Amino acid sequence: MKPAPFDYFAAASADDAVRLLAEHGDEALILAGGQSLVPMMNMRLARPSVLIDINDCDEMKFMAADGDGFAIGAGTRQKDILKSAETCTAVPLLLKALAFVGHVQTRNRGTLGGSIAHGDPSAEMPLVAVTLDAAISLRTSNGERTIAASEFYSGPMSTERAPDECLMAVSFPLSTGAGTGFHEVSERHGDFAIVSAAAEINLDAGGKCASAAIGIGGAHPHPVKALKAEAILVGEAPSDALIEAAAEAATDGIEAMDDVHATGAYRMRVARVLAARAISDALAEAGL
Amino acid sequence: MISQAPNTRYVARKRRTQEDKRFVTGRGVFVQDIERPGMLHVAALPCPYPRARINNIDFSAALAMPGVHAVLDGAELAAATNPLYGGLKTPGVKWRPLAFELSRYAGEWVAAVAADSRAIAEDAMELIEVDYTPTDPVIDPEEAYQAGSPQVHPEHGSNVLYDGEFTWGPVDDDFAAADHSLSFRARWHRSSTVPIETFGAVAEWDEGKGILDVWASIQMPNYADQIAGAMGIPLNAVRVHQDVDVGGSYGVKRGIKHTVLIGYLSRKLERPIRLIEDRLDNMGGGDAHGPDRIFDTQVAYNADGMIKSLKIRALDDAGAYPGRGPFQLGKPIAAIVGPYTINSVHYEAISVTTNKTGQVPVRGFGQAPTNYMLERAVDKVAAALGMDRIEIRRRNFIQPDQFPYEQPSGTKYDSGNYPAVMDKVLALANFDALCARRDEIRSEGRLAGIGVATCLEPGGGNNMFEYLMNPAAEITTFMEGAEARIDGEGCITGVMATTTSGQGHETLVATILGEELGREPDDIRVIHADTLTAMPTRSPVASRMAIMLGGAITGAAAKLKAQIMAIAAHNLETPLDQLEYSGGDVSVRNDPSRKLTWNEICYIAHKQYHRLPEGAAPGLQAQHVWQVPLGGQLPDADGKVQLYPCFSFQAHIPLVEIDPGTGKVTLLEYFIAHDCGTVINPDIVRGMILGGIAHGIGAALYEKFEYAPDGQFLSATFADYLMPSTFEVPLVKDTEHCTPSPLTSHGQKGSGEGGYLGGPAAVASAVNDALSPRGLEIDQLPMRMSLIEELLNGTP
Amino acid sequence: MKPRSITLTVNGAKRTAAAEPRVTLLDFLRGPLGVTGAHMGCEHGVCGACSVLVEGEPVRACLMFAVQAAGKAVTTVEGLAGSDGEPSPLQEAFRDAHGLQCGYCTPGMLIAAQALLDENPDPDEADIREAIGGNICRCTGYVQIIEAIKLAAENLREAAQ
Repeated sequence: MKPAPFDYFAAASADDAVRLLAEHGDEALILAGGQSLVPMMNMRLARPSVLIDINDCDEMKFMAADGDGFAIGAGTRQKDILKSAETCTAVPLLLKALAFVGHVQTRNRGTLGGSIAHGDPSAEMPLVAVTLDAAISLRTSNGERTIAASEFYSGPMSTERAPDECLMAVSFPLSTGAGTGFHEVSERHGDFAIVSAAAEINLDAGGKCASAAIGIGGAHPHPVKALKAEAILVGEAPSDALIEAAAEAATDGIEAMDDVHATGAYRMRVARVLAARAISDALAEAGL
Repeated sequence: MISQAPNTRYVARKRRTQEDKRFVTGRGVFVQDIERPGMLHVAALPCPYPRARINNIDFSAALAMPGVHAVLDGAELAAATNPLYGGLKTPGVKWRPLAFELSRYAGEWVAAVAADSRAIAEDAMELIEVDYTPTDPVIDPEEAYQAGSPQVHPEHGSNVLYDGEFTWGPVDDDFAAADHSLSFRARWHRSSTVPIETFGAVAEWDEGKGILDVWASIQMPNYADQIAGAMGIPLNAVRVHQDVDVGGSYGVKRGIKHTVLIGYLSRKLERPIRLIEDRLDNMGGGDAHGPDRIFDTQVAYNADGMIKSLKIRALDDAGAYPGRGPFQLGKPIAAIVGPYTINSVHYEAISVTTNKTGQVPVRGFGQAPTNYMLERAVDKVAAALGMDRIEIRRRNFIQPDQFPYEQPSGTKYDSGNYPAVMDKVLALANFDALCARRDEIRSEGRLAGIGVATCLEPGGGNNMFEYLMNPAAEITTFMEGAEARIDGEGCITGVMATTTSGQGHETLVATILGEELGREPDDIRVIHADTLTAMPTRSPVASRMAIMLGGAITGAAAKLKAQIMAIAAHNLETPLDQLEYSGGDVSVRNDPSRKLTWNEICYIAHKQYHRLPEGAAPGLQAQHVWQVPLGGQLPDADGKVQLYPCFSFQAHIPLVEIDPGTGKVTLLEYFIAHDCGTVINPDIVRGMILGGIAHGIGAALYEKFEYAPDGQFLSATFADYLMPSTFEVPLVKDTEHCTPSPLTSHGQKGSGEGGYLGGPAAVASAVNDALSPRGLEIDQLPMRMSLIEELLNGTP
Repeated sequence: MKPRSITLTVNGAKRTAAAEPRVTLLDFLRGPLGVTGAHMGCEHGVCGACSVLVEGEPVRACLMFAVQAAGKAVTTVEGLAGSDGEPSPLQEAFRDAHGLQCGYCTPGMLIAAQALLDENPDPDEADIREAIGGNICRCTGYVQIIEAIKLAAENLREAAQ
């Protein structure tokens, strides 16, 4: 289990990284925390001929309010997000999801951007990004663009990122006053989710749902924003029946996968169970 | 807590181990730490198909790669070596390190590369072109048993490796006379012990001496014999260095095919060769999977809960290559009725071959699946009668005054007090409060259950299951040898004959030598002889080392002590019966001023021949080889025979909660009481038991080698094969009882397997208790959450 | 690809050796540098046997390339002992509680536990489980490991008073 040979460049800056990407094109991959990429390289399931290491690009490690959003640099390590009181306040859903991500050793290296760009259908960070419809910024040597997280994923470990684009940052909408909930199930704590559900809900002064963001991970080939469930919630006063209806709708459009851990039917049923729990948590936290 | 502390100085006392210091400081020497000058590294190419004819292998491009020294295929190796050992009489079944002509499972090795580094070997492996013709595999064991199914070994003529029936006692009469009977199917799916260290070996052929040196992460009997047999070299041309630290095994470290492969390459290239499995090799191609078993069981019982008779059919899937794996159907005969007074048993044992990775011995040697089935049977009888699961066990227990107790298959259980151990675990669990806690969880609408399971742990070994399944194997020894020496300065060295994989044998030997000689164990050095210098051994299998190595070293110590006493008697001119031995010094009982100290005696022994008794050899050294107690007999006319001498006992009580929405099981509590006779080192025994339970939790809830119906292997990584982490294993609470064995040097019994023998049954009992209010039951392991959720919420 | 020279600090000593970019930190330590305390268990980041401290933080040495550790300080289990070479209080606690059996996962456990105690001198059971949650032990069932870490914390707190 040794990686195929590759050439290695340590990018000194984001500009350096995109320049190297432009130079080496399809054959190059960005190396962030490496906690998903390196296992695949060790197994030769991924075999880039060039690795561009962004671990020394300090400018890609930041967490800061950014207009209506809260931006996190792609190179920011998961452990630093967990320790950031500011981020926890601004994007509480992220904190809840991170409690399920890996282990101490992997969070010490693993980055937000790496997880988002890798796009494992069961991973927590992509689910949070899709649920909140975060803005993902991508840069090439020619410029930068922003894409909504809900548009970013096209399949398992498959995204709209072009080979010469480097993921720079993810900007999450500020969660002022919102309640959040995150539930997932895996055989063992710390493993990728078999299925997961995220929710962020704001209540208006009258106690009705002013906004709702619901997402399901692990079921579909990529994380899914449960628009129908959101629509059921918004404008309504929460009740058990409403939660149940929203949870029932949360798997709308999902085509769940079978694998060694669970059947697609399991994922569909449990996605609704976890969606109900996430919505309940969010409502409770929002002050219901 | 030791309930009956023997009158000892070192045995059964809490003491640090000898081994731990080197491991906590990073100074263990594992096979991956062995470096030899000029050593080459091997990678093996796995077959992508479950079953395929190998038409041609073109490795010219691989061989041409810089840094590559040899590429080996199955044809060359088959021409130069003999097939590997198989214990059953299975003509036409040939197990080889590399597939020859036919590849029999997805992952089987078809070629190997020796190169300057493992990375280069893997690079070269990708250039090997194999022309395969895939053919239909047989994956399901029941299908494999049917005539007409695709044959894994066409030359064998069938997929049945073994199909034998045993009847012990009046089974038909007992069934006819019983008030009730029930039947059920229980499924133990394929898992294994999966040590964190994979298997690895280094082989170095010395042409000048004609010796093959081997360093390996090994735990098995007759390793050197099997290497020599396959390579066609004399047994005394193989020297296995047994001082290599083994990073866990629990039965499976049996890399005989790996060793023959590199032994051949080393001889061919005259270079040291190293093959360390990576995790993919280990899981898919290492031939290290465990039992994979279907039980169809009928139970005859009376209205009072007394179980009278069993009819058991066990169908086991040995995978593509049966080494010693199928004998795991035979060992459970040692405790086929568990701790219960069941009067008669019919047992049909069937081993089939399929297109899956080969099976090797796993902790308990087949006893864990059988005990799981047996304890399911007891729970089912209790449920059918509406009887308490503890009460039914109490009624059926063999009672303390019935030992030695001969169970129907002819094995005598040595000693035990099952009701006392059950009492202890109930007290430890505060059982009434535990039940109240379960009921409170249930009253909140959630699912909770308490498990009850017991198990016997046969210890000591004895090869008679092999004879029962293959009478050509008339092998009645299962010995262990040891040596002890005292040098001229009084330092003691114990020499053991085999490897250690975490069981603390060095501590065992030092503790017993220290106890018997009255000397400080920490000052005693214990070494592992290589196979050319070692006394006979059957290796650390069969929960036997405390019993057998303990017995061997006790015997050696007694011989040493006799030599010491003879020297003292001669020099003090006093008869032996008037001498006192204390801490190594010998004095005259009625005149303590007349004495010889330890150092004086050792000096005399080594330096002063003129002061030795007539006929005494200089020096202080003794060897002792101990035959297993009660072993050595062939079966009697009724086919009854003693299997294993000593029987430890455990009672397990876990509490689980099941999330009804997801099926996820959480172990809230786990209590165990165990009785393995005299404990030599309390911390070591405790660790064995707690570790066995964790392993059992894995088998019960998470671990499964999954094959797709088309034979593709789906569990090659640690992301797919799930071993419990610290989040899944509760802080198990333990207590012990001591019923010494009358058969062993210090009353000790085995302790390395029991946690794993009782754990899966206990967790299954708990999960089923949790499901029982919904009228649901699950009779297969692992009970993964998707399976449980499907039962709870799936479409019926 | 061509080997390149890599210099890093291992257990306080500056070490240099050549390696291709594809060589993991684990293989670099164990091979060219001959520092064999960290163990290879899975090479895909699950078992934790290869855990080392990089700049004081535990990481999986199988998921980092040696070239990425250039210029960094790496601590392996061999580096936990005191300057006198005697086992550290944590290592002694593992001996006292017999927090190991075969010794194979032990270096990774010790590294994870050391990182925990460096941050939290009074960890509770949940903290300990979290800290070693990414390290699989197949021998012990974790109970004696947890007891060892608790004991080490107690001993260290007592010594600090």
